[in-house]
Parts: sequence; structure tokens; C-alpha cells
Amino acid sequence: MSLKVTDLACARGGLPLLEGVSFVLEPGQALVLRGPNGCGKTTALRTIAGLQPATAGTFDFLPDSIAYAGHADGLKATLSVTENLTFWAAIYGTSGIDHALDRMNLRQLADRAAQNLSAGQKRRLGLARLMVTGRPAWVLDEPTVSLDAASVALFAEVVRAHLAAGGMALMATHIDLGLPEARVLDLGPYKARMPEPSSGFDEAFL
Amino acid sequence: MIALLIRDMRLAFRAGGGFGLGLAFFLILAVLVPLGVGPERGTLALIAPGILWVGALLACLLSLDRIFALDYEDGSLDLLATAPVPLEGVVSIKALAHWLTTGVPLVLVSPVLGLLLNLPVPAYGWLLLSLTLGTPALSVIGTFGAALTVGLKRGGLLLSLLVLPLYIPTLVFGAEVVSRGAQGLAVGTPLALLAGITAGAVALLPFASAHVIRINLR
Repeated sequence: MSLKVTDLACARGGLPLLEGVSFVLEPGQALVLRGPNGCGKTTALRTIAGLQPATAGTFDFLPDSIAYAGHADGLKATLSVTENLTFWAAIYGTSGIDHALDRMNLRQLADRAAQNLSAGQKRRLGLARLMVTGRPAWVLDEPTVSLDAASVALFAEVVRAHLAAGGMALMATHIDLGLPEARVLDLGPYKARMPEPSSGFDEAFL
Repeated sequence: MIALLIRDMRLAFRAGGGFGLGLAFFLILAVLVPLGVGPERGTLALIAPGILWVGALLACLLSLDRIFALDYEDGSLDLLATAPVPLEGVVSIKALAHWLTTGVPLVLVSPVLGLLLNLPVPAYGWLLLSLTLGTPALSVIGTFGAALTVGLKRGGLLLSLLVLPLYIPTLVFGAEVVSRGAQGLAVGTPLALLAGITAGAVALLPFASAHVIRINLR
């Protein structure tokens, strides 16, 4: 069970962003995607998560192995922390949210409505959701946004435990997570060439 | 799936969930129409079936843009699309939740509002039956419209314009059942067509809705 991506090319809004991205993620490994804003990190992650089709390239992994976490946490404001987590556990067919509550330090907030959480607390809840999915490959888009230093360390600890249990993590992040074992892939060199501007008369009408 | 239904119902009943919006609109319409049209009982009895059906339809329309827009904004829709539940099922459950929180209350209060509009006595049974058969179609077709406009900011106007023509057959046959029932005529044909529209919409539209959501999430 590994996550293998070969010659991935993806586009956003019809504009090609990346091409020729290849990597292999074995169980227990983490890969951090880097690159300047707008270079296609989010698009690559959304493509791998199956939210949009790749323009080229092959994937070699089970689609059911991936748990995706994007910029938004997918929390319902009027539901409590426990209700939010229990819902996602039920959707993924797992049970027991206590472990996730404890590990992300949400125990004291368990009965509070998500709308009354701070930005960092919401983020912690969003990350706790990953732990109840029971899926081996975490695909994370900027997981540490609005987390304080202590929470980043907490999160790094959770990722390390996940890797130790045979999981994988693919992350786009700008900051140092404190995961020295994670490999880094700079997406800068994979920038897609702009398509040749067509001067065809017919194309002007398409 | 059941968890999603429970979550959506819970969200609808919590503060700001939108439950009662359609119901209040339906009530206001049924109270205001007699005031505007005047107290002639014959006129009211004549227009009551149409008014009740139009009211139920517009009340359904009011809450449609909430079906997917909220889930899209907070990222839940992305997460649901990558979750191990088929998107067709998600869409069907969303439509069911919309029907349970909007359609069923409308059906239940409609006889009371029929009283306000001087609906003839024989029509009450047909009103209940036609709304019970027709409102699921309104929810399912509306869910399709909501799926089409999911990525758009302030897509409410476009949603109404897209959905209204699709609502017309349901409205025509639904109101026809009630007005024929009021006159004591045979209602078999419009009732069968109404049920057919609902059955067809429930069977086919979830696939279309799921597909347009996949496209809109790209």
C-alpha cells in the first residue's frame, strides 16, 4: 500500500499549472510540498484527492485510502465539537472520537458549539477529523494555518504517530513542522509551460 | 447516510437553520390573499387550489439555496465528495432532508390554510394527497437547481430562474387534482401524472445533481 504519482499534470480554471510531478510515498513516510503562492500546491492536492481530474499522468493508489483536508475545515457552526466529530466518524464508518479529542487537546471544548471556537481551535477540530477517518493517506492543504506554536507541535506529534502506525502524509505548508523525517518536494521547477497562443482564425470563434 | 440526514435535520432546527421560513411564507400568503382579493366566498373557493399550490411551491423555493451553498462555503461539500459515501446518495439525502423540513410541514398546515381560503370540503383530501405526492418532486428538482448553482456567489436569482420552469408541470397537475377534486370530477389522470413526475424526478435527478456537483467542485 503506497501512494504513487507519475507525471501528474493539473490545471486550474483552464490554466495549466503543473506538469511532470512524480513521487512515491511509502507507508510511514511524509512528503511536504513547497513552492511560492499560486504555484499549484492546492490544485495538485485536490487532484490527488480526486476532486478534479488530472490533465495528464497516472495515479497508483486506492482512492479509498485518502483523507483530504482543505483550507476550510468543514465544520458546522451550530453543532458542538462532539457532534461535528461524531458526524464525520459516522460518515467514514468508524467509531470512537475520544482518541481524537484527547490528542488534539479538545477535551475541554467538547460541548462547545463550533461557532464559539477561536480560529486555531477550529483548525484543531478540523485536524482531529482526520484522525476519525481511519484512512492511511492524509492529504493536507496548509494544515497549520492559524495554529499557535504549541498546537503545531501537537499536530506534528499526531502526524508522527500516524506515520509510525504505517500511515502516509502529503502536506502543502510554508512553515517548518518540526518533522525532520519528512521529505520536501519543491513544486517550483514543475511549472507548466504556457500553451502556445494560437493565431488560427477559426479558433478565435471558439 | 443516516448520519447525514440527522445532521441536516439538526442543523435545520437549530438557530438560523431556516426551518419555518417556508412555513411562515405559506401562512402569510394564505392570510394575505383573502384580504387582497376580497371576501367573496365563490371567488376564493375558485382560486384556492391554485393559490395553495403556488404558495407551497414558492415556499419550497425560498429555502433551496441553503441546500448546498452552506456546505460549499464551509468546505463540507469537498469533504463529503471525498468521503466514502456516493455523491448520488448525499444528494438524495439532502433532498430528503429538505422535504422533511420544508415539504412535510407545508403538507400538514395546508388544510388549515385551505380553511382560510374557503376551499370546498371535498377538496381537502385531494389537497393533502396532491401535496404529499408533489412536494418530493419540488425538493428533488430544487436540489438539482441548487447543485447547478452551487459555486456561484448569490446564485439565488439564477436558481429561481432555472428551477421555476421545471416546477411548472408539478404545479399544473397538482393544482388540477385539487380543483377537480373540489368540483367532484375524476382526478385519476392528473394524479397519475403528478405521481409520475415525482417518481421520475426522484429516480433520475440525483444522478444529474451528483454529476453537476462534481463539475462545480473542480
